[in-house]
Amino acid sequence: MKPLIKKLVESYGPSGHEDQTRDLIRAEIKGLADYVTVDPLGNLIAVIKKKSKSGKKVMLAAHMDEIGVMVSHVDSKGFARFVPIGGVSALTCVGGRVRFADGTVGVIGIEKRDNTSNLPSFDQLFIDVGATSAENCPVKVGDAAGFHRSFEEMGTRLVAKSMDDRIGCAVLIEVMRGLKRTPHEVQFAFTVQEEVGTRGAGPSAFGLEPDLALSVDVTRTGDTPKGVRMEVSLGGGAAIKVRDSGMIADPRIVALLEQRAAEGKILAQREVLEGGTTDAKPIQVSRIGVPSGCVSIPCRHIHTPSEMVDMRDVQAAVNLIVYTLERAIEL
Amino acid sequence: MIMAKKPIRSAKPKRAAKLAKPKKPAKPAPPPTPAPAQVTALDLLRRLSESVGVSGDEGAARKIIREAVAPLADEVKVDTLGNLFAVKHGPPRAPRVLLAAHMDEVGFMIVGIDGDGLLKFEAVGGLDDRILLGKPVWVGENRVPGVIGMKPIHLVKGSEVESVVKIDSLRIDIGATSKEGASRMAKPGDRAAFAAMFAELGPTVRGKALDDRAGCAALVEVLRGKNYPVELICAFTVQEEVGLRGARVAGFAANADAAIIIDCTPANDLPLADDGDENTRYNTRLGYGPAIYTHDGSTLHDRRLVKYVSAAAEAKGLPYQLRQPGGGGTDASAIQRSRAGVPVVSVSIPGRYIHSPAAIVSASDFHNTAKLIRAALENWDGKVLKR
Repeated sequence: MKPLIKKLVESYGPSGHEDQTRDLIRAEIKGLADYVTVDPLGNLIAVIKKKSKSGKKVMLAAHMDEIGVMVSHVDSKGFARFVPIGGVSALTCVGGRVRFADGTVGVIGIEKRDNTSNLPSFDQLFIDVGATSAENCPVKVGDAAGFHRSFEEMGTRLVAKSMDDRIGCAVLIEVMRGLKRTPHEVQFAFTVQEEVGTRGAGPSAFGLEPDLALSVDVTRTGDTPKGVRMEVSLGGGAAIKVRDSGMIADPRIVALLEQRAAEGKILAQREVLEGGTTDAKPIQVSRIGVPSGCVSIPCRHIHTPSEMVDMRDVQAAVNLIVYTLERAIEL
Repeated sequence: MIMAKKPIRSAKPKRAAKLAKPKKPAKPAPPPTPAPAQVTALDLLRRLSESVGVSGDEGAARKIIREAVAPLADEVKVDTLGNLFAVKHGPPRAPRVLLAAHMDEVGFMIVGIDGDGLLKFEAVGGLDDRILLGKPVWVGENRVPGVIGMKPIHLVKGSEVESVVKIDSLRIDIGATSKEGASRMAKPGDRAAFAAMFAELGPTVRGKALDDRAGCAALVEVLRGKNYPVELICAFTVQEEVGLRGARVAGFAANADAAIIIDCTPANDLPLADDGDENTRYNTRLGYGPAIYTHDGSTLHDRRLVKYVSAAAEAKGLPYQLRQPGGGGTDASAIQRSRAGVPVVSVSIPGRYIHSPAAIVSASDFHNTAKLIRAALENWDGKVLKR
C-alpha cells in the first residue's frame, strides 16, 4: 500500500485541477469496478454493482484535490503574486516550494516587513520561478500550483503534502482491492473541489442516489504539544466521526461502525471535530437526504506541506470499511 | 472607489445651512425614459439601469427584459421565484447551454418610520456604509424621491469627520414632517434604490445597477443571434445580490450541460499609491475586454470552458482578460452545484465603482462581451466538454 500512497501524495492536483490525480487513480482501479465514469464536475465514479436484493447502495467518498495557490498577477520583474486555493496559511508558505501542472517549480518569497511580529498576509508573498521579466515568466494569471514536497516514512508514521485527502483515496482503492464479496452496490466517488467548500461531493451524490454514505477523510489529533483539545490520537485507530462543525453523523451509522469494529477486533476511536468538515456534509443533504457518516484518518499538521498519518490507522480504516461492507447493513 | 487620503471639505464654511423641509410631500419622480421604437443595445441598457429592481422585487426590470426578448425567443416564461427564462430552440438533441445574468440590484429596504417622518432602512446586498451619505434615492413602486440625510460639513466637529457613519444611524428623508405624512408615501418593506440617471461619457457609460443590467442587456444581444447549434436557455435571475438565490432554482430547472454566467465585476484599475508601485490587485481593467474567470471566492470555473471561451475570443480577434483569481462570486457557484453538477464559466463586464449610484462600464467591453458569447455559441460542439 505504501508505493500507492507515495504515488498519490506526490501527484499534482489542487482543487479544480484534479486531472493528473484522476488519471492516476483511474489507472490504479482498472478492472476493479463494474463501471467507471467521470461526472460533469470531474468526480471519478467507480461502481461495484449490487449482488443481492437485500443489499444497499453505499457511497464512499474521498476527495482527490489538495490545497494550493493560484497566480493572480505577474509583475514586470517576473515575480508571480498569488491567492490561496483552500485553507492555506501564510505561516507555512514562506520558503516553501510549489509546483505547477507542467512541472515548473517556484519558491515562495516575502517582501521586507517593518513589523515582523504579525502573521504575513498573502499580499506580501510572491512566487519566484527564476524569471526576470513578465515576458519570460513561465506561469500566467490563473495557473495553479500545489505544494511540492516528497513522501517520507518514519517507522509507522508517513509524512507528505496532501495526505489530506490522498490517504482517503488510497483507503478507497485498497477497499476496492480487498472487497471479496459484498451484498451491496458500492459507489466509490473520488471527488473534486472539497478544499474550496465541499463543492464536488453534493452533485456526485445527486447523480448516485445512495441509500447511505461514508466519507473518508483526515481529521485532526489532540496529541501534539499544546494542541487542540481533542480525543483523537495518531496510532489510536480508525476514527469514527460523531460530528464535526458541518455535519452530525447519523447515529445509526456511528453505532454500526462501532459494532463492526468491535466484532472484527479493528482498532477504532470516536471523533468529535470542532473545526472543519468533509464531503459528508453536502452528501447528507442531497436530494431527499442521505444517512451519512465518516471514517477518518487521524492526521497531524493538516494543511501544511508535512501532513503526518500512522500506517496502522490507515490499515484499520481499510479493514473497518471492508468488514462493514461484507456484512448486511440495516439502519 | 477612490480613497482620498484626507477627507475633502470646503475650505471655509460660510454659513450654517438650515435643513429646509417642504410643506407638501414631493411629487413622485417621472417614470424612466420611455422605450424608443428602435432600441439599440445601449438604449436598452439605459432603460434597465434607470429601472428599479432591488433584490426580491425585480418586476420593473423583468418587464423591460420580457418585452425585449419576446420577439427573439421561442419560449418565454417566469418561474415561481421570478426568474425570467427565454429559450431559443436548437437542432434536435443539441447540448443544453444555459446563459445567466441577474436582474436584481443592490439597494435598501425601509424597515420603519420615525415620529418625525424619517425612514429607517437596511441595506439589501453588499453596500459600503461610506458611500451612502447624501445620496438621492427613489423609494417604493412610485419612486418617491428622497435623500439619505447627513449633517452638513458646517456642523461636523473635530474628529467626527474621520469616523464612518453606520447605516443604523442613517435615515432617508422624503420630505415628510410626521409619521402619518411619511406613511402615505412609504411603508416598511418598500425597497429603495439609488436615484441616478444613465449617461454616456465618451467611450464609457455611467449608471446605477450596471451590475448586472449590463449583463442582462448583453444577454438580450446574444438572443438576437441566429442558428446557434445549441438549445439556448437564457435565465435572467433574481436575488443574486443576497446570495445567488434565484440561480439555485434556475440551474435546477435548466438542467443544462454547461452554463456561462454574464455578470459585472469590479475594475479596480486606479493608481493605488503615490510612490508609483505597480498595481497588482486590480481584479480587472476597464477597456481590456470581457473578463473570463478562473477562480473566485465561490467557484473554480471549468477549465475546459475557460480555454474554449478564451480561444473563441482569439479566433474572432476580440479582446479579453482573465479576471484576477480571488474573492467575490457570481451565480456560477449556485448553478455549478445544481443537480448532478454543471460545468460553468463566468464572463464579466468590468465596472468601476459598482454597487454605487455611478458605476462606469466601457461600452466596448459591453459590446465585446455580447460578441464573445455569440462567437462561443456559434461554434459549440461536442469537443467543448471533452476531457
